[in-house]
Amino acid sequence: MKWLLVLILICATTVGDVFRSLGMRQHGEIHDFRPGAVGSALGMVARNGYVIVSTCAMAISFFSFMKLVSIAPMSFAVPMSAAAFIPETLFARMLLKEAVDWRRWTGVGLILAGVVFITQ
Amino acid sequence: MPEIRDDRLKSVPQKTRLFAALTILSNVAGNSFLTRGMQQLGDIGNSPLALIGALFHPLVAIGVALLIVWTLTHMALLSWADLSYVMPVTAISYVVTAFAARIFLNEVVSPARWIGIVLVTAGVTLVGRTAASTVGKPE
Repeated sequence: MKWLLVLILICATTVGDVFRSLGMRQHGEIHDFRPGAVGSALGMVARNGYVIVSTCAMAISFFSFMKLVSIAPMSFAVPMSAAAFIPETLFARMLLKEAVDWRRWTGVGLILAGVVFITQ
Repeated sequence: MPEIRDDRLKSVPQKTRLFAALTILSNVAGNSFLTRGMQQLGDIGNSPLALIGALFHPLVAIGVALLIVWTLTHMALLSWADLSYVMPVTAISYVVTAFAARIFLNEVVSPARWIGIVLVTAGVTLVGRTAASTVGKPE
């Protein structure tokens, strides 16, 4: 049950983050942080198809995380979600066309190695 | 040209650092409250309704409110910075989470996990030295 929840968490988080990035990039940079402007930006973002898919995926991710912390320690559940960095960095490179240089790849590698130790 | 390359590697803007810090803090606090609340509730089964019902537990509700703050700051950050920059930099929350688990939730954090924390910190530091946004910029 624990590992099934981890799998669901990683898949849903990856879909949620990649689609949220696509949606926010489509919307453009947020410059104005006054309450009215933020509300207006949220209204526009809420109608973005990518953000809607992202929100559904994040809801699945959240409820699987809620269930996971009820049966496993937080110091296990939270770092395990970092395994999503592998598919996310791959999607960032291939789908979002981000320039992922050797330092980012090395950094992600170190983070993942750390996550492996954290789960011991 | 070397000048263009240097511009891309300039230090991360203050706004990006501020939002990264807000994202990290709200994430750790939210997860801590959520975990404490779920632990207090005990085994609630696998029903989606039971999970939705758990949202009304005060500690879970506080956790969810903080995680909403995390979502909003994270979304704002992603509107100007690369996903492959934002995700690893905000991963510092894993380090802070280990301390929070040890201090506030009395979880046993083994030596292997502390080694992991050092590796995560090294990875985060390395990624933080790269440009925050690379899309649409000159090569």
